[in-house]
Amino acid sequence: MRIIVCIKQVPGTNNVLLDPETGTMLRSSAKGKLNPFDLFAIEQALALRACFGGSVTALAMGPAQAESSLREALYMGADKAYLLCDRALIGSDVLATSHALSQAILRIGMPDLILCGKQTTDGDTAQVGPEIAEMLGIAHVANVTQIEAHSGGALHVTAALEGCDCQYRLEPPFLACMEKDANTPRLPSYRRKKEMEAQSVQLLPLSNLMDADPAHYGMQGSPTRVVRVFAPEHKETRRFLEGSAQAMAEAMLGILKEEKIV
Amino acid sequence: MIRIDQSKVTEALARTLQDGCPFGAIRIDEADMLQIDASCRLCRQCLKLDTLGALTLDEGPEKSVSGDWDGICVLGEFLNGRLHPVTLELLGKARELAKGHMPVMVALPGHSVSEAARFLCDCGADTVYTYDDERLAAFEPVRFAACMEDCIRRVRPAVVMAGATAAGRSFAPRLAARFHTGLTADCTALSLSGDYELHQTRPAFGGNVMAEIVTKAARPQMCTVRYRVFDPPLRQNKGNGRIVALRMPEPAAAAEVLRVIPKPLEMDLSEADAIIAVGRGCATARNIEDAHRLARLLGAQVGCTRPLVEAGLFDPKRQIGLSGRTVKPKYLIALGISGSVQFAAGMAGASKIIAVNHDPAAPIFGIAHVGLCCDAGAFLPEIIQRVEQEKETQKEVRA
Repeated sequence: MRIIVCIKQVPGTNNVLLDPETGTMLRSSAKGKLNPFDLFAIEQALALRACFGGSVTALAMGPAQAESSLREALYMGADKAYLLCDRALIGSDVLATSHALSQAILRIGMPDLILCGKQTTDGDTAQVGPEIAEMLGIAHVANVTQIEAHSGGALHVTAALEGCDCQYRLEPPFLACMEKDANTPRLPSYRRKKEMEAQSVQLLPLSNLMDADPAHYGMQGSPTRVVRVFAPEHKETRRFLEGSAQAMAEAMLGILKEEKIV
Repeated sequence: MIRIDQSKVTEALARTLQDGCPFGAIRIDEADMLQIDASCRLCRQCLKLDTLGALTLDEGPEKSVSGDWDGICVLGEFLNGRLHPVTLELLGKARELAKGHMPVMVALPGHSVSEAARFLCDCGADTVYTYDDERLAAFEPVRFAACMEDCIRRVRPAVVMAGATAAGRSFAPRLAARFHTGLTADCTALSLSGDYELHQTRPAFGGNVMAEIVTKAARPQMCTVRYRVFDPPLRQNKGNGRIVALRMPEPAAAAEVLRVIPKPLEMDLSEADAIIAVGRGCATARNIEDAHRLARLLGAQVGCTRPLVEAGLFDPKRQIGLSGRTVKPKYLIALGISGSVQFAAGMAGASKIIAVNHDPAAPIFGIAHVGLCCDAGAFLPEIIQRVEQEKETQKEVRA
């Protein structure tokens, strides 16, 4: 089974702070890290490889520094790593990012299975996985907690939805977005690191893709525009009230209604 | 992308820009030239810091929207025999945005949806497009997307809204990709400008910054909104809404649904969205029974402090704190809990903490967002009565 795992390098601390006075953003920690949700996708890929054989390829899109996250995937056990890196990709929104990644997947070669993390800690949209599946014309399942082998090459996939779990049967190729805590990701191994240190992360520039038209990527290929950034309002004022049980219950009802709890 | 006019870059400006970039994307290279690398997130901070006009934002050629797109379409969610309340909330917001000037529609795939469709008409939908099919009883993203696509192609709405539920977050991206348009996730505010441009506000760059986003040159303008962000509309007189029954298109690559496994009501505390926690100040048999009753009314889980587990009043699985569960609910109501550091450590992640305690000096009031100082035991029957009454009133208004 050939598996591609899409991963991303995210800022080390996931919070960029905005100075509410001046409206300027303060620098987040410069060092990036592997998106923590992606660990579950990498682990799932390695587990499936152990079961069926085949290969695990890690793919990321980002600046040159993202190589360290791809190396982490290699040291966990991935066989190969590709970094889609091009200045023309700057400013890509969900649509342009998904287009770029789906093009990179076609370039590497359509696998049997594509795995993604549930979402990233910086973008938080959880949308790139399903959009890649759509662009490649394959089925997908999100919130996946389990992938099991089944007869005839099909896989049984369990997804955690609200109020129920849903079990699906899918024929490869398809894409699965792994739920947090779906498994226990292994740590990168020192031995593996020693073995893989010589292995290079392959760079994919835009010119290597089938659709190499820069107008389809980055800001030009993105239908959305950020028109304004601002600090969130903090209406967090602590309230303290004292009184009879009746008066307090009345106040509580007001709060429950305000918070749309009742 | 951001273009640099190197002739206007001074050493001082280069340093300001390098230090000011929140993503560390700007640096001065070996040849002393200012460079912006692929870490750039286009946050535009550098444009603000650039006092010499060395940087320009190149957005590429201006594109325009082609064709007529009118109205607002809510992508309804009817799964396992139930209409998700977020659909109603979106309908309420859609009506508010439309202000009677544009049609408000709902696309409703599902199985046995006719009653829900009528209900949506009564709540203000002008047209509900139903796709009634056995195979839509349980969620499968490709089939749902196929129905929604069919509806969008028929009605060409300017705005499309979906719930940011597990299902909505799964099928809406497929649609956005199909229509080559934007999809803004988890919007917390929406407004329409004069030219029907949807201004979508959502947390960005990790959550401490809000971004206002528009969809340029692509239609429909798509967004998702979480449950409980907007208010549901009140049910009106029997509406003038129309129900149009359509057939589910047969999509190519759909997954086969094998089975739906309902989750047990008794869920793990650490996953609960709503928790009623009781402590020593609220520990009589009567109090605990009342706490369970309130939890049922609010759809919350019941948790407790360590002394109540030690007294054998609760299963250890219900304990919150350092030696128990760490919880992260949207709200937590602490009843008769003084708030030891051990307990507080287990619930610090709660978005909203409401504490009821008779002792005004209790440490819990230092952590709680709202402190209500009174006897928790006496408070319980009072609040239960009020919540029951409120639910009754709401039912009458909606019926």
